[in-house]
Amino acid sequence: MTTWLYILAAGVVAFLTKLIGYLVPARVLKNKRMTRVAGTLTIGLLASLTVLNTLANGQQLIFDSRIGSLVAALIALLLRAPFLVVVIVGAAAAALLRLAGLP
Amino acid sequence: MKLWKSPAARAGASVAVATGLYGVSFGALGIASGLDFWQTQVLSLLLFSGGSQFAFIGVLAGGGSGGAALGSAALLGIRNAVYGMQLNALLQPTGWRRLAAAQVTIDESMATATAQRDPAEQRRAFWVTGIGIFVLWNLFTALGSLLGNAIGDPKAWGLDGAAVAAFLGLLWPRLKSREPVAIAVACAVVTVVVVPFVPPGIPVLIAAVVAAVWGLFGSGRSDEGLEPDVEPPHARAQDAGAPDPARDVGDADGPMHEGGMS
Repeated sequence: MTTWLYILAAGVVAFLTKLIGYLVPARVLKNKRMTRVAGTLTIGLLASLTVLNTLANGQQLIFDSRIGSLVAALIALLLRAPFLVVVIVGAAAAALLRLAGLP
Repeated sequence: MKLWKSPAARAGASVAVATGLYGVSFGALGIASGLDFWQTQVLSLLLFSGGSQFAFIGVLAGGGSGGAALGSAALLGIRNAVYGMQLNALLQPTGWRRLAAAQVTIDESMATATAQRDPAEQRRAFWVTGIGIFVLWNLFTALGSLLGNAIGDPKAWGLDGAAVAAFLGLLWPRLKSREPVAIAVACAVVTVVVVPFVPPGIPVLIAAVVAAVWGLFGSGRSDEGLEPDVEPPHARAQDAGAPDPARDVGDADGPMHEGGMS
């Protein structure tokens, strides 16, 4: 039930964040610092989420087949594969490594 | 101009198809993170911003609290406010259109609109991309959730590895110069260091603080990190060197989304 509350809250916050952009006066546009922090935040959060999903399990750091997914996805990206292919390659790498007996 | 003859609308439609399709991965990962079908679907309907949605379920899947999931989704959505300011100046929507425009303000609709030069084309690009992605993203989220429910053990199918690949795929287009790479590495290292010491979900927020401080006091391009996941085809290079009204709006010292198709 509380999960639902957080989901709805996240939806409301996301919409209001977008709407604020349409409501603030245009001169706020000149504030480059706001633009820049929005950009660096995006990079930092995505990088953090990438390593968390690769290595973390709760409060533990563990090394398992997900590292194979990271490497496989990196190769797919270097080969300019589209996003969906990258995701499928990541899943396939972990699935195959587990099939081979790795954790 | 008829909508289907507009290059901007066509560009928008192709970006919408490419982006909408990967809603299937969000749907499947939503189920794998422990949400049910409708919870996953409501995230796509209401939250509707790929990075924020993946962040929300990524934090939950890692054992983080709902509050931490909400926090990281909200922080990842801040760039949409910046897009909103720029799109408001370009499109000047009023009344209910302003609410609709806000809901479909995401990386892709912003990028496709600002890649156009002509104001009418900017409008077509924005709406076709935004509405197209909204519809397809939600349809494919539903499909992905149903698949996720059907396949049983998500780990045997490598879905946790799919999440890793998805985040790297979202990060990738933003790593086009040395500075964003440095930010990404710093935040990744901070995350790994703090994981054992703070509750799940909090490492992402600590990384966010590092990134924000870097943004405030560092000295890189002001639009660093504001790239779409699926890069839109740019308006055909008309006369290069002509002033571009779209690009003069947001940012005085550099064009947004520079560069061609990758």
